[in-house]
Amino acid sequence: MYRETQRRFQFDWIIILIFLLLVTFGYLNILSASHVGEITSYFDTSQLYGKQLIFVGLSFVLIILILSLEAKFYERFASIIYLVAILALIGLFIFGKDVNGARSWYGIGSMTIQPSEFAKFATALAVAKYISDIQTNMKTLKDQVRVAAIIFIPALLILLQNDAGSTIVYLAFFFVFYREGLQQVYLIVVLSLILLAVLSLKFGVTITSLIAAVVLLSRYFLRKKKRSSIIQYILVLALAIGFSFGVKLFYQHGLKVHQQNRISLWLRLEKDPLKLEQMKKAEAYNLIQSEQAISSGGITGKGFLQGTRTTGKFVPEQETDYIFSTVGEEWGFLGSSFVIILFVALIVRILYLAEAQKSQFSRVYGYGVASILFVHFTINTGMVMGLIPTVGIPLPFFSYGGSGLWGFTILLFIFVKLDSNKINEW
Amino acid sequence: MRKLLLVTSAIAVGLIFLVRLFYLQVYNSDSFNILEDTAIRAEYNYPKRGYVYDRNGKLLVANQPSYDVMVIPREVTPLEPSEIKDFCNLLGITAEDYEKKLTKATNYSPRLPSPFVPQLSKADYAVLQEVMWKYEGFYIQKRSMRSYQTDIGANVLGDIGEVGQKEMNKDSYYKLGDLIGKQGVEKSYEDILRGVKGIRFIQKDRFNKNIGPYKNGQYDTLPKPGKDITITIDSELQAYGELLMKHKRGGIVAIEPSSGEILAMVTGPSYNPNLLVGRERNKNFSRLFRDTINMPTYDRGLQAQYPPGSPFKVINALIGLQEGVVDVNDRFSCRMGYYYGSRKLTGCHHHRSPVDMNQGISQSCNAYFVNVYRRIVDKYDDPGVSMNKWAEHAKSFGLGNFLNNDLSVGRPGRIPDGDYYDRAYGDNRWGSTYIVSNAIGQGEVEATPIQLANMAAAIGNRGFYYTPHIIKNIESDTLPSNFTVPKYTTIDKAHFEPVVEGMFDVYNEGTASTLRIPGIEICGKTGTAENFVKIDNVKTQLTDHSIFVAFAPKDNPSIAIAVFVENGYWGSRFAGRMASLMIEKYIKGETTRKDLENWIFTHSLENEYKKPYSGEPFRINGETQLQLIENYALKD
Ligand SMILES: [Zn+2]
Repeated sequence: MYRETQRRFQFDWIIILIFLLLVTFGYLNILSASHVGEITSYFDTSQLYGKQLIFVGLSFVLIILILSLEAKFYERFASIIYLVAILALIGLFIFGKDVNGARSWYGIGSMTIQPSEFAKFATALAVAKYISDIQTNMKTLKDQVRVAAIIFIPALLILLQNDAGSTIVYLAFFFVFYREGLQQVYLIVVLSLILLAVLSLKFGVTITSLIAAVVLLSRYFLRKKKRSSIIQYILVLALAIGFSFGVKLFYQHGLKVHQQNRISLWLRLEKDPLKLEQMKKAEAYNLIQSEQAISSGGITGKGFLQGTRTTGKFVPEQETDYIFSTVGEEWGFLGSSFVIILFVALIVRILYLAEAQKSQFSRVYGYGVASILFVHFTINTGMVMGLIPTVGIPLPFFSYGGSGLWGFTILLFIFVKLDSNKINEW
Repeated sequence: MRKLLLVTSAIAVGLIFLVRLFYLQVYNSDSFNILEDTAIRAEYNYPKRGYVYDRNGKLLVANQPSYDVMVIPREVTPLEPSEIKDFCNLLGITAEDYEKKLTKATNYSPRLPSPFVPQLSKADYAVLQEVMWKYEGFYIQKRSMRSYQTDIGANVLGDIGEVGQKEMNKDSYYKLGDLIGKQGVEKSYEDILRGVKGIRFIQKDRFNKNIGPYKNGQYDTLPKPGKDITITIDSELQAYGELLMKHKRGGIVAIEPSSGEILAMVTGPSYNPNLLVGRERNKNFSRLFRDTINMPTYDRGLQAQYPPGSPFKVINALIGLQEGVVDVNDRFSCRMGYYYGSRKLTGCHHHRSPVDMNQGISQSCNAYFVNVYRRIVDKYDDPGVSMNKWAEHAKSFGLGNFLNNDLSVGRPGRIPDGDYYDRAYGDNRWGSTYIVSNAIGQGEVEATPIQLANMAAAIGNRGFYYTPHIIKNIESDTLPSNFTVPKYTTIDKAHFEPVVEGMFDVYNEGTASTLRIPGIEICGKTGTAENFVKIDNVKTQLTDHSIFVAFAPKDNPSIAIAVFVENGYWGSRFAGRMASLMIEKYIKGETTRKDLENWIFTHSLENEYKKPYSGEPFRINGETQLQLIENYALKD
C-alpha cells in the first residue's frame, strides 16, 4: 500500500493539471460552438457536446489504463505498437471511409476512428526506441536515413490518404533528431530552404538568386579559415537557385488551386484587387470569419455562450479546427492568452522533465511529445489567427473529436508514466 | 545549445501569438457594437408620429401606415428573369429599375438595409405580403406616413421625407430610409413629433436565418410614441387667408399680441400638403421646388424681405418722441413733398398742411416724417451716434434681425445703423439728408411680413411683444421661456398713445377710411414698396407691392396683422382690404362685407406677374388695369 501511494505522487501534477484545464476549457468551448438553441441535456449524445463529454470520460479510462501499465511495457512494445499503427493506416486503403475527400477514417457502427491520430504516439515510441538503442548514432548517415524512414512511412501513408495537414506534423520530429545529435548543418539547411522558398514565392527567382549569391559570396570573402574552395560555394549557390526554381515550379504546377490560393493569400502575392477578392471569397471565408470572431471578443470577451458569431455558426468547422476562435470571441484577450500560456507551459514543462530523464528512451519520447504538441499548437493557432496559411489540423485537447483527444491523451500520459518511473530506472 | 532550440521556439511562438492576439483583440478591436455586428440584425419598430392640432383642437395632421420594401443586398438570392419580372410587376417598376436600385443599394452597403421601393399603397402591400417570402433579402418595413386632415397650411405644417446623408451624419439616430421633418413644424418639432423608434436585435446564423432574439432581448427597446403638439394657428383663419390670397402672390401673418402666438401664416401661391405624401412625394417635391416663377415653397410671410414703406413711419414717430426731438403738437408743413433748399428730397400726395403727428400718421405725410427723422439724426453732432441710437430703438421692435423663433425659415431684414453708413459713405462724410428714405420706410430699411406683424403687436401692446411662435402646447411638456417672457421695446409706454391714435385715424379719416369694420376699432397703416427686377440685365420697375399693417381692437388688441401683396400697387388696394377682412373674420368669426370680400375674390394679379416674362414692354402702377375673374363662384 505504501509503495502504491508513493508511486502515485510521483506523477507530474503540473502536466496533469494543465491537461485537465485544457480538456475542461476545450469542452466548454465545444459546448458553445456546437449547441443549437437551448441546451436540454449535457449528455444528449445526438449533439457534439454530448459526444465530446463521452470522449472525455473515456479518455480518463485510457489514462488509468496507461498509468497502471508497467513503464517498461512501452519501450518493450514500441516496435509492435508502431507496426500495428502502420497496418491500421494501410488498412484504410481497403476498409477506410471517405470523409471530406480524405480517406482517413474507420467506421465502426456510428463511431469513426482516425488511425492517423494514434500513429503519432506510435511513431514517437518507435523513434525513441530506435534512437535510444546504444548502437544508434545520430551523426551517421545510416542511422539518419533509418530514423527518417520511421517517420517517412506513416507520413507518406497519411499523405496518400489526402490528409496533408496531418502529414506536416511529422516534420516535428526534426526537433527530436536535432536534440539527439543531428549535425548543425541540417538546421542551417532547413532554415535556409524555408527562407529560400518564401523569398522565391514572394520576390521571384531572380531576386532570390541575387540575395543567395550576395550572402554566399560575402561569406566566402569574409571567412577567417579558408577550408573550402570557391567551387563549393558556387555549387551551393547553384543548388539554391535550382531549389528556388523548383519551389516556383512546384507552386505553379504541383499544388492544387486551393493550396496555391492559400499560400498566395498568406504571402499577399495577388495584386489584382478583383482576383484577390475572388480568392478571398473562395479560400479565406473561414479565416476572415475566424479573425472577425476573435477580434470582436475584445479584452474580456462576450462571455460563455454569448458569442454572437459562435452562436450564429459564422465560423465553419468551429468546434474542430477553428475552436480557438470561440475562445477568442467568448473569453476575449484574457481567455485566449490563458490558453496560449497553458500550451507554452505544457511544452516547456515536458521538455524540462524530458531533460531530467535518466533513460534516453524517456527523454527522446518526451521530446517527441513536446514537438508534436508544439507543431499542432503553432499551426492550428497560427492559422486561426491568420498568421499561417490554412492547414487543417486540430488543436490538442481542445478540438472536437474522440480520436484526436484520445491520441493526444495517450501521447501525453505515456510520457507522464515514463516520467513517474525515472526513480525506478536502476 | 541543442536543448534550447525547441524551448525557445515554443516561448517565441507563444509571445508572437500573444502579440497577435493583442493586435486583434485590444489594439484593433472595434469595441463591440451591436449595430455593426453582422451576426445580429436590428429590426426597427417605428412609433406613431405625434399628431398636430390647431389652436382650437382641430386635428390637422394624423398618420397612416406606410410600407416600404427594403433590401439587404448581400442577402438577395439571384432571381430568374421571369421571377424578376413578376416581382417588378408587383412593385410597379421595370426590370431596369430593379437592377439600378439593387446596384445603388449595394453601393451604399451590402449588409445594411436600403429602401428599395418606398411607400407602397395599402393594396399593393396586401398583395405583396403574400409572396414576399419568395424574394430573399427583401422585406417590408412598416412606417408611419402623414395623413393630412386638411388641404391648407402646407407652409406651416411642412412635410416629412426620407432622411438625407447630411442629416444622417449629424445625428446617428437616423438610418437610411427613415423619415424626417423637412419643412414647417415637422422640421422645427422633429424631435418631439418623431418619438423614439424601438429596436429588436435578432441573432442570425451564417445562412442569415433568424435563430431567436439576441441575449433574450435584453438590449431591445420599445418604441416611444411621438408627442402630439398643438400649434397656434387658427385653421379657419388660415384657410380664409389662403382663400383671399388666391390669384395673388404675397404673405399674411397674424399674431395674437398678448401671447405672440401666430394665428395665421399665409403664403401665396401655396400647394396642397397632400402632394408631399406617399410615392408621388419626390416627384411633386422637385416640381414645386423647381418652379422658380411661382416659388410655392418660398414662404413669403417669413422670407419676403422688402422696404416696408409707410408702416415704418410710426417707428420714426415713436423714436422721435423717445429721443425728445419732437412733440406730438409740433407741426410741419408739406408742399407736396419735402424740400431741402430748393431740392425736393421726397414727394407727397395732396392733403391739408401743416400737419401734427396725428395727421402726419393718418395722412401718411412724407414731409412730416422727413422732418422728424432729420431731427433724430441731427440730434448729436455725429450723425453716426444718432443713427446707432435710432437703430437700437428700431431693433427693439424685433426688426433687423432673426426673430429666433420656432419657424423653420426666416430672414433677418435690415435696420441700418451709423456704422453701416460710415462704411458706405466714409466716416462723417454723410448727414441726415443722405438717408431720408429711411424716414418713410424706403431706402435701406427692410423687413419681412412677420416682422411687421410683430411690430404692430408691439405697438398694440404699447411697448412690448412676445417672440412670435407657432407652438401652443406640447403633450406633457412646457414651452420654452423664450416664448413666454415679454420683450420690451426701448420706447416708454406713454409715447405709444398718440401714435396709436394716429393709426386709429388712418381708418377714421385717413388712407384706409373705406376699410372700417362696423363695431371694431382698428389701428393700421398702409404701405407701398417700389420694386425692381432685372430683365435682360436691365433694371426694370414693376408695379409697387401693396402692404398693410394693423392691429385691433385699439385697446387690448387680440390680433396684429401684416399683409403683403406683390405688385398690388397701393396699400389699401389689396393688402388693406385683406387685412380688414382677416381682422373681422378673426374677431367676429364671420365676414359681413360681402362686396369687399367679393372684390378680393374676383380680382387677380396673375396678369401682372406674367409681365416680366412676356418679353414685351409693359406698363406699371397707375397705367395698368386690374384683371377680373369672370364667373367667380365662391366655393362652399
Ligand atoms: Zn405730405
